[in-house]
Amino acid sequence: MIYLGIDTSNSPLAIALMEDDRVLIEETSNLKINHSLMAMPAIEEMMKKAKVLPADLTHIAVAEGPGSYTGVRIGLTIAKTLAWSLKIPLHLVSSLKVLAANGQGFKGLVCPMMDARRGTAFIGLYEGSDLEPVFADQHSDVKEFLLKVKELDRSVLFTGVDVALHEALITEVLGDAAQFSGIQNRLPRASNLIMLAQQSTESNTHHAVPEYRRITEAEANYNKAQEGQPL
Amino acid sequence: MNKDIYILGIETSCDETAASIVKNGTEIISNVVASQIESHKRFGGVVPEIASRHHVEQITLVIEEALQLAGMEPNQLNAVAVTEGPGLVGALLIGVNAAKAFAFAHQLPLVGVHHIAGHIYANRLEQEMEFPLLALVISGGHTELIYMKEHGDFTVIGETRDDAAGEAYDKVARTLNLPYPGGPHIDRLAQASDEAVVFPRIWLEEGSYDFSFSGLKSSVLNYMHNAAQRGEKVAPEHVAAGFQNSVVEVVTGKTMQAAQQYKVRQVIAAGGVAANKGLRRSLEEASKEKGIPFYIPSLPLCTDNAAMIAAAGTVMYEKELFGTMAMNGRPGMPLTSWI
Repeated sequence: MIYLGIDTSNSPLAIALMEDDRVLIEETSNLKINHSLMAMPAIEEMMKKAKVLPADLTHIAVAEGPGSYTGVRIGLTIAKTLAWSLKIPLHLVSSLKVLAANGQGFKGLVCPMMDARRGTAFIGLYEGSDLEPVFADQHSDVKEFLLKVKELDRSVLFTGVDVALHEALITEVLGDAAQFSGIQNRLPRASNLIMLAQQSTESNTHHAVPEYRRITEAEANYNKAQEGQPL
Repeated sequence: MNKDIYILGIETSCDETAASIVKNGTEIISNVVASQIESHKRFGGVVPEIASRHHVEQITLVIEEALQLAGMEPNQLNAVAVTEGPGLVGALLIGVNAAKAFAFAHQLPLVGVHHIAGHIYANRLEQEMEFPLLALVISGGHTELIYMKEHGDFTVIGETRDDAAGEAYDKVARTLNLPYPGGPHIDRLAQASDEAVVFPRIWLEEGSYDFSFSGLKSSVLNYMHNAAQRGEKVAPEHVAAGFQNSVVEVVTGKTMQAAQQYKVRQVIAAGGVAANKGLRRSLEEASKEKGIPFYIPSLPLCTDNAAMIAAAGTVMYEKELFGTMAMNGRPGMPLTSWI
């Protein structure tokens, strides 16, 4: 069995190949590159290095979001097209859970986050022991989310490249309960994505779509207008 | 003996998710279009983020249907052609990344096609092109006159300096409270009207083949505004007919002038607005009078589709103009020649 894992849901690019219980190759870059331009060349190059042909692949794993709308769509489009045209199973894994896997084993909770501007983030909360979700992945005001986390009165490990943007606020709200992953553990790793995919059920490839966790601005405005609220 | 060429075309530059298989650049084997119009109607226009979301939902279904209708397997294809630009960036990159992944999975050559070249080559699916020719590309995003000496040789001799013709149609339609997309409604009202308000003809400077529609649009808006201030009731069909008369006269006039100056053997029209009945009739009559053969594709080939991308992609494939895995959606891609 050979799994190809792809995560393009935020600025980092993470890809990996795993054969049975062995990670063949894994690449993570944090260069703010354009995924639409670079994801396929990176996959092609990595497979060449590992001497794996497209027809050798048996499973595709992809981070389904939430995250950058465009980023998530690129990974998902590549993943579903490969899975469908190679006639192999597709596995979707939460992008936040992939980040949370950086903190697996932590005695407490793990909070993965990606900045979504204006004081908001795509954010989740997982048990460090087994990565079971405590709060569902969501788009939330960061402070509101932290206040809910505070009520649980547990240690929380924060991870994700965008944690740095919110570090002051996190410390202000949670004090000593807040811990931060080392810089090297804030990037998504596609080997983690594949490990999580192996525990997940296969998705319907044609109907696989990103988990945006947020409706579009146009729809939000339209709904407000329908309810007679000011825009 | 030449072997047949089969190209899979993919198009996602705006609000249609489309895939098609074309044989030898001239014969449609299958042609699938999933339109999103219903989804965008309530917003009065295409919402880019929603368009991109729909493309992801539809893309593999549409490609699969194109293969199934053709009764073909990926290994029977010669290449994958995809719209590389111009268009909505988020929409384009769904088609581009799907095309790259499909080409990679089956180790097929990849061809990146310019959307306007696609519109022009839509004609070749019904009528062989004869050079030199003049192409009028007129749609919601484009209004251009393009001179072609031979296959893949494009010279833009005129283009809009502001709004595309289709854009002006949509804006005028909105003022007249017609539903989106407004073009067909204005055309229908204009056809049924026995009177027309006289609006200006924007010819620009002598000898220019460029277009301008924003001034015309403004005079329609002013007319409506003034009438409303005076408390007068406006007959929408008279306004629609007046607006359409102005567009049709200028577009036909410039197209025929260019056709004569460049001594072309064929005039072809393409793009969504080429489906407009008033414009079609005017161009047909004018070209007949001048004795220049004029062709316009049937309606499904005027609007966005992937067969036209496969048709243009076939010529690029023959010229071995291949893209790489680093192809990206190019929203502002210029039309350049293939020679």
